[in-house]
Amino acid sequence: MSEIADDATDAGDDMAAEPSEIHGCPVSDSRGQVVIHPSRERYIEVVKALADEGYAVCADLTAVDYLDYVHRPLPEGIAQERFEIVVNLLDIINRRRIRLRLQVPAGDAVAPTLFDIHPGSEAMEREVYDMFGIEFTDHPDLSRILMPEDWIGHPLRKDYEVGKIPVQFKGANS
Amino acid sequence: MTATIRDEGAQEMRPRSELTARELMREIGSVLRMSEAEVAELGEMPDDPDEDQTMIINMGPQHPSTHGVLRLMLELKGETVLRCKPVIGYLHTGMEKTAEQLTFMQGGTNVTRMDYLSPFNNELVFSMATEQLLGIDGDIPERAVWMRMLLSELNRMSSHLLFMASNGMDLGAVSMMIYGWREREEVLRFFQKVTGLRMNHNFIRPGGVAADLPAGWRDDVLRLLDLIPERLDEYDILMTGQPIWRERLQGVGVITPDEALALGATGPILRSTGVAWDLRRDMPYLHYDQVEFDVIVGSYGDAFDRYAIRLNEIRESMKIVRQILDVMPIGDYRIQDKKVTPPPRARIDESMEALIHHFKIFTEGFKVPEGEVYVGIESPRGEVGCYIASDGSPTPYRMHVRAPSFVNVQCLPHMMRGGLVADAVAVISSVDPVLGEVDR
Amino acid sequence: MRIVDDVLADGIGGLSHNFITGHLEDLINWSRSRSSWPASFGLACCAIEMMATGGAHYDISRFGMEVFRASPRQADVMIVAGRVSQKMAPVLRQVYDQMMEPKWVISMGVCASTGGMFNNYAIVQGVDQVVPVDVYAPGCPPTPETLIHAIETLHQRIEDGEILRRRTETGAGAGLHVEEIARTSSPVMLGTK
Repeated sequence: MSEIADDATDAGDDMAAEPSEIHGCPVSDSRGQVVIHPSRERYIEVVKALADEGYAVCADLTAVDYLDYVHRPLPEGIAQERFEIVVNLLDIINRRRIRLRLQVPAGDAVAPTLFDIHPGSEAMEREVYDMFGIEFTDHPDLSRILMPEDWIGHPLRKDYEVGKIPVQFKGANS
Repeated sequence: MTATIRDEGAQEMRPRSELTARELMREIGSVLRMSEAEVAELGEMPDDPDEDQTMIINMGPQHPSTHGVLRLMLELKGETVLRCKPVIGYLHTGMEKTAEQLTFMQGGTNVTRMDYLSPFNNELVFSMATEQLLGIDGDIPERAVWMRMLLSELNRMSSHLLFMASNGMDLGAVSMMIYGWREREEVLRFFQKVTGLRMNHNFIRPGGVAADLPAGWRDDVLRLLDLIPERLDEYDILMTGQPIWRERLQGVGVITPDEALALGATGPILRSTGVAWDLRRDMPYLHYDQVEFDVIVGSYGDAFDRYAIRLNEIRESMKIVRQILDVMPIGDYRIQDKKVTPPPRARIDESMEALIHHFKIFTEGFKVPEGEVYVGIESPRGEVGCYIASDGSPTPYRMHVRAPSFVNVQCLPHMMRGGLVADAVAVISSVDPVLGEVDR
Repeated sequence: MRIVDDVLADGIGGLSHNFITGHLEDLINWSRSRSSWPASFGLACCAIEMMATGGAHYDISRFGMEVFRASPRQADVMIVAGRVSQKMAPVLRQVYDQMMEPKWVISMGVCASTGGMFNNYAIVQGVDQVVPVDVYAPGCPPTPETLIHAIETLHQRIEDGEILRRRTETGAGAGLHVEEIARTSSPVMLGTK
């Protein structure tokens, strides 16, 4: 019913058939949605190329910590790292969406910022920093946005406890 | 509340004179894509010998505007706002972390409290994402789909009525607060009849909806549709044509289409600039391609346009609801897939299988296949999206909600610059943020 | 209040009372309970129900509370409506400290009373960790009827003077729990006349 992506019949000529590469990055399909997997070196370049192609709006930028689910399905040639930054871009003119999944290793949790191309990603990147600890180089104001400034730890990481206090009721799971 | 509170962290804003040119350009110019020279000579704010006369004041987090716990740090020169920095996080609830502990059936209770003014939209986007992962999104029964649309549109109406109430009150038309809530009560009464709760319903669940519409619902909806249009005309008289209202809103908080797109603003903010982008029409979900409605677009990108857009969106929603009333089919209200939908309570006594399914669904939860998906729909504030990554277990591995207000709040500094402090209130009100979804 | 009850009990004869006498404490408590102004501390979804209570349909103006004072210096009751996060807790305490005695706190909703459904790192598990609470109103969100029940309970206690007595004894809030009131079957229909 709601195949949101892929009305791409009159988009660029490399989108018409199921391509194996977009701007040089491997492509996968996730429930009918197009997902590309750039590398960190080519990340900015790919986003800029997509912006030129029409994906003018950065709808969403978030991250996932795959500590407990290391062997998730990824296309060949992409090394699985602990963190993934997920960017959803929206093309208003051609009415399509595309998703980027960038692998970020645990020891070197740094990624380039999209602020210069999409200023609307500023708050979203701050949230990713706050919740996951991934730093964005060249971000104008990389500080905590949701937690207090002096909070220690990054709450959405899988090794950060939920912080439940024990409740009297047996079997209550939250 | 003028002292900076050291306890919850010093979110500092240094005066403009202390910022380097590059920082200032990043803050102001990047959105407008201006060069450094242009930033330096921003017309209304010349470099002043008495720069040290600017004052940084703190608005919030507890302040009488009804928009929740938003803190704004404003740098003022007299009454003019030079720069603004919104500080959020005062309502951070850890909902995304909690979502990893709750099953997909329970996820609706969590997600619905994010944007608490349009809870059905949150539940809907979560359910749609779960259904896409399950692969059942094409099999939702017709009645369930139309019921979802009906509730979504009524929710849009109640949310916009609350906007009109709070917008009126913020700008001084205090009686508007009473009128808006009066209409909203009528809609909430219908919601209570259908779902059992006035707010935060957890009614739209993966697979359909939780229960069928009660008997007599058609009369209730018709009564609503008869009542509200004349009240909306009253608001038109009270506000739209009124000179004071127009003076306070026209030309305030202007944003251009490029800026709005660059900042990721969606919803009435984007439509007020002239970009006719409405997910219900441009990337239709549910059965929005089978109903006729107009997308209201403004032309000046100011606060008055946003007010007018929301007022007229109430009318458009009523149009859609009228069409849904005609089309509502008979049928199931949730998918008959035993793995996803709990069996009817009566069957539990008869069938062992039904008992086992009920037990499994409510204790362990149904397992969702691996994968990740992003679904975006049109909430009253813009595009609300839900990104779920599943690892095959009954709880989501990662659930993220793209909250429209979180992104729209980034427009605030841009819209407030150069205006008065009183306009700052009008701007916040016209952006209509809901702090529950900003902070999650 | 005993004074007024005496007058009312006299029926028509009560009309001839030109002077009413009573204890000063009773009069003060009577006036305090009927004019307790709330400090606006609406945080999340409960704030919406609090505003609905202030609207025309439920109208807490009949209890003297429709003026939500922005400044805590002018307020008597703080209705903590909504979930209190870690970042907000110092702000809550500061606003509470700025209120003048006598002051009361109603904790509205389950998130304010106990942390609610959010038993995690981000939410303070009950505002009674931060401020002394006098009345807890359950519900997620409490219907306006429940909030009015909580307010009326508080008013009753203020009028009896019990709350201030308990405060001086224990130094804590009264800690009264009210029941949640669900909406009954036939509400008043506006617009049908």
